[in-house]
Order: sequence, then C-alpha cells, then structure tokens
Amino acid sequence: MSFSVTEPNKGTKWFAGVLVVGYALVTIAPLLWIIATGFKSPADSIAYPPKVVFEPSMEGYVNLFTERTRATEDMLEAAGEPETWYEEIARDQGTVISGPSRYGERFLNSVVIGFGSTALCMILGTAAAYAFSRFRVPLKDDLLFFILSTRMMPPIAVAIPIFLMFRNLGLNDTHLGMILLYTGVNLSLSVWLLKGFIDEIPIEYEEAALIDGYTRFQAFYKVVLPQAATGIASTAIFCLIFAWNEYAFAVLLTSGTAQTAPPFIPTIIGVGGKDWPAVAAGATIFLVPVMVFTILLRKHLLRGITFGAVRK
Amino acid sequence: MAQIRIENVRKDFGAFTAVQSSSFTIEDGEFFMLLGPSGCGKTTTLRMMAGLELPTRGEIYIDGEEVGQKPASQRDIAFVFQMFALYPHMNVRGNISYPLKSQGMKSADIKNKVGEVAEILGITNILDRPVGGLSGGDRQRVALGRAIVRDPKAFFMDEPLGALDAEFREHMAEELRALHDRMGATTVYVTHDQLEAMQMGDKIVVMNHGVVEQFGVPQDIYDWPATRFVAEFIGSPPMNFLEFEGMIGTGGTEVRLNDVPMEVPQSREGANGKLTFGVRPEHVGFDDDAPYRGRVTATEYLGTTQIVTFDTPNGLLKARVPSHEVVTNGQLIGLRFDPRTITLFDKQHGKALRSQGNEGVLGHG
Repeated sequence: MSFSVTEPNKGTKWFAGVLVVGYALVTIAPLLWIIATGFKSPADSIAYPPKVVFEPSMEGYVNLFTERTRATEDMLEAAGEPETWYEEIARDQGTVISGPSRYGERFLNSVVIGFGSTALCMILGTAAAYAFSRFRVPLKDDLLFFILSTRMMPPIAVAIPIFLMFRNLGLNDTHLGMILLYTGVNLSLSVWLLKGFIDEIPIEYEEAALIDGYTRFQAFYKVVLPQAATGIASTAIFCLIFAWNEYAFAVLLTSGTAQTAPPFIPTIIGVGGKDWPAVAAGATIFLVPVMVFTILLRKHLLRGITFGAVRK
Repeated sequence: MAQIRIENVRKDFGAFTAVQSSSFTIEDGEFFMLLGPSGCGKTTTLRMMAGLELPTRGEIYIDGEEVGQKPASQRDIAFVFQMFALYPHMNVRGNISYPLKSQGMKSADIKNKVGEVAEILGITNILDRPVGGLSGGDRQRVALGRAIVRDPKAFFMDEPLGALDAEFREHMAEELRALHDRMGATTVYVTHDQLEAMQMGDKIVVMNHGVVEQFGVPQDIYDWPATRFVAEFIGSPPMNFLEFEGMIGTGGTEVRLNDVPMEVPQSREGANGKLTFGVRPEHVGFDDDAPYRGRVTATEYLGTTQIVTFDTPNGLLKARVPSHEVVTNGQLIGLRFDPRTITLFDKQHGKALRSQGNEGVLGHG
C-alpha cells in the first residue's frame, strides 16, 4: 500500500468530515430555529416542550409588516369580508390592519447606513492604505499605530463623548451621523487590511503603467485597484457585517428617522411580550442582505483570507 | 531613436549615496550595457534615465532634451522589468496595446500595430491568452512587445533575462540582440553578468559603489581594464594579480618581479612602491627556460582548455592552457607572460598605470 506524507488517510478524512459537519450544525442550529420561529404561531413559538414540527403560519410576517388595532365582534362584522390573505390572518387574531409598520423604513435605514458607511470606508481606506504602502509618509509607523489604537477599546467606551459630540453637531438620529460613525470605527480595520493587500502588489506594475504613459492616479486606478479587488471585497464584507449588526451605538444615537433595524426589531415583541414569531421574522429578513453580499463575494473572501500565505 | 547623455548624475537615498557623479554618453542606436555587482548603482542609474527615480543632482539628456526632473510618462521611453511586470488582469493583447491606449490611438490602428509586433516576436498565436499561464520566454516576449509597440526613443531593460533559466537565457539573449539589430533602437541594458554584457553590448559601463569605473567597448574593457575592480569583475577566471614592490619610470618597459625582469608595454607614467602586475590567465604560457616559476596546486579541466593554479613567489596565479598539456600537482613549471598584454596597477588606488597599451582606452570614469 502506498503511503503519502501530505495526503491524509481515509480515517482521518472521515473524522475531519464529522467534525466539520458537527460544527456547522452547532452554528447553524440557532439560525434555523429563528427561521422556523418566524413561521410559527405565537402559541407554538412559546410552547413547552418546544415544537419542532408545527403548522406553518404567516402570522409573524403579517404582524411584522403591519400595525393592527384590536376590534370588537361588531366592528369586525361591520368591516365586511377580508379582501386579502393578510387581512384574513389579522382578522383571525381579532384585529384589523390599520397601516404598515415601520419595519420597512428601519430596514431601509440599515441598508443606507450599512452600505453607505461601507462604501465610504472603502474609498477612504483604499486611498489611505495606498499612501501608507507606497509613499514616504512622515511618522508612518506612529500614524499606523495611532489608527490601530482606535480599536483597542470597545466602541461603547466612547459612547458618551460621541453622544455629546453628535448632540452639539446636530448629528443625533441622522443618516449622515451614523454613516460617519460606522466609517470612523471601521476605517482602522480597513486601512490595515488593505495596506497588507496593496503591499503584496509589486510596485513594478505601476511603474510599467507610468512608463506606458499613464499618470500616477491612472496607474492607481487602472492597475492597482483591479489587483486589489480581492482585498477590497473581503474588507468590505468585514465592514458591512460590523455596520449592519451594530446595536449599542444605534440604540443610543438613533430613535426615529435614522433608526436602524437592530434596535427596532426587539420593540416588535409588543406589550404582551409574546409575539416572538414577528421578532423572528424581522431577524430572518434582516439576515438576508449580508448573506447575499457575502455569498456574492465569497470567492474573494476565501482568496482574501489566504492571500499572501503562499509565495507565488 | 536618440542619443542619451548623463552628466554628473548623483542619487542619494537619505544618507546613502547610490550613484556618485556619473557621466557617460550613449550614442544613437547603441546596445549599451550597465554592468556591475549588486548594489553598485546600475539599476538606480537606469531608473533615473527612465524617470522612475529623480536624480538628486545632474542632468540627463534624451535626444538633446534635458529630462532629469520629468516624470516617466513624458519621456517617451520603454522599460522592460526583471519580473516583466505584465498586467495580470489583462490578456496578452491588452498588455501590448496598453501603451498605445494612453496615447489615445484608434482601436483599429492599435489592432494593426499589435498584430505587427506580435508577428515580429512570433507570439501571434497567444495574443488572446491571459498572461498568467505563459512560459518565461513568452512572458519575456510579451514584455518586449509592450516595449517596442510604440516606437519609443529608447529601451531600458533591467536584467530582463535574470528570471529565465540558464538554457533559455542564451536563446533569449540572441533573440534580443537580433531584435535590436533589426530595430536599431538605442537600448540600455542592466546586468550583473559580465558574459552577457560582453556577448550583447556595443559598449559597456562598469560600475562599482555608485562610481563609473570604466566605459568603453567590450574588448577594450577586457584587454585594458582601468582599475583592479574591472580586471577582477570581468573575465572568468579573472585577471591574475601578482603583488610586488618596485618601480617603473615614464617610458620604462620592464619591472622586476621577484628579481626576474618582466617586459611590459611602455609606461606613460612613473610609479614607485607597492604595485600589481596584472595578467589574464590566457596570456600565461609554459616555458621550461623561463626563470619565473610556479608550483602547480590545482587543475580544472574545461574541455578544450584547462585552468591550472600555481603558487608563485608573488601570490596565486591561474593559467588557461590547452587541455593536452599534462601537468601534475606539485610540479614546478616555468611561466612566461605575453608582454603586450600586461597591465600594471597602483596597489593603493587600484588604478591602472597608463602605458602604450591602454593609453587610447583609459578614461577613469
């Protein structure tokens, strides 16, 4: 039988497979539970013992997207037959739909603030990383350390100063304020990550472009950026995930117009504190954009993580 | 095509001086070699000519125009990098046409021009391939294609064969030289390989520690080195140096080596004290009657010739002699040096003394 040093044997592979699948199940189980809860009725969602098999219901989603008022029998009868499937679900609970909920708005806020800050972070981060990588910047090492030091404490530690600053600047509860804040928090990460990626791109490519008759900026734009695409994509994922999931600042600094989804979702649970399906539905929909974004860029992400590990 | 003139060019990187006051002229259409060991300033000199570094001081003229402080993009020159630096996100055609795009050439014209160049280099069949999977030789050809496609005033090449394996280098060196002869373009070529320099160059500049040691045609540099450094750097094995104490007057034709008189080319300057007697290995012959003798310590067989190492009263000496001469270790052999080829060096400064032989050749940098 042949023996190889690098190729693991069958038993090892099998064991590794079991480990990976096991770990995947552990991490994915809460996610599946949230998705399932979104389709349960409120009663099923808090049933004990927990129900794995249940009758699916859209009640959670209807409750998530609508405002409802409790109605008496007379009022229900006066309202006539429900015209749509979601009205019917509302009627079954003894309520009538009085209008759409604010979830859509909050979700849109999250999209604007999350993607906006990510885009800004990428523009500033790439430019700064390029400068740090290519130019003789005075006090370069000190500046890089200083940039990194902004991540040395939990962001919430500076919450009160930021709150006061935002109040004085009129940035409280504004989209611009949240975009700037998340950009500021993420910028250190993106500068450091991107500098690593740009360092790996041989400077000869730019020099070749300079010789070929292009300006420095054109060389950056047309030669360095396409080379750094992998790094930019993986850095963007990290930035987006942070901005998208951020809760503490969002609770503190937003309440109305610019409130993002994370602080809004828990408020859906309502006065009775039993509308878990609506909360789960909100969380499920909230997961989608980051998942799509990550799946779209996952090829880059994997390459990005192992970038520079192998000398080509 | 253009003449390139370097005048008193100096480059400092902080406290480190990479190039000190270099001056030389590259004539129109010349294949010009910048030769020297690593760190001698040859690449920095080339990069200053190309505009990738700006000189701290001095002037660079391309085609009569002073370009020392101009950016690379305005000098109308082409550069071939050691690692080729082909744009990895473009295919072969994209790489070759890139310099033309910056000039705003029409795409139909670009297509024709690229086709023409591909024809010359024999790479028509790979034009639509990505550059990632190309062999070393094809990468080299694409890099050359990118350089020649826009008929620049001059080509600059930074060790372009350095990344190729030995067998292929030979072939590419020939191809490069043939390409140069066909295009007649001024070419400046940086290398640390003295054989490559002598094989390909019309003229050579030898640099060391940021200083131009010698400048001239390959044969003059080989036969009449201006300094000990050049004598040692060029030639394999290098020139032999026999150290002695003695003197020679202006017009003198003889030095005494271990009390044996040795004829040398007529001297044009006098010297006294510690001197070095320089003789190339192929100018050492065996002569049983010769009073100057050496003991054989080693032999290396090289096919048609062999290198015999001697222990002489003035130090180790290597001779290149035909392989059929039978020598054995420990043998004492009389040695004769071809008197027309001798160079004497001042030991302290390492500079060659002017003589009848080298007077037309020397210009100490």
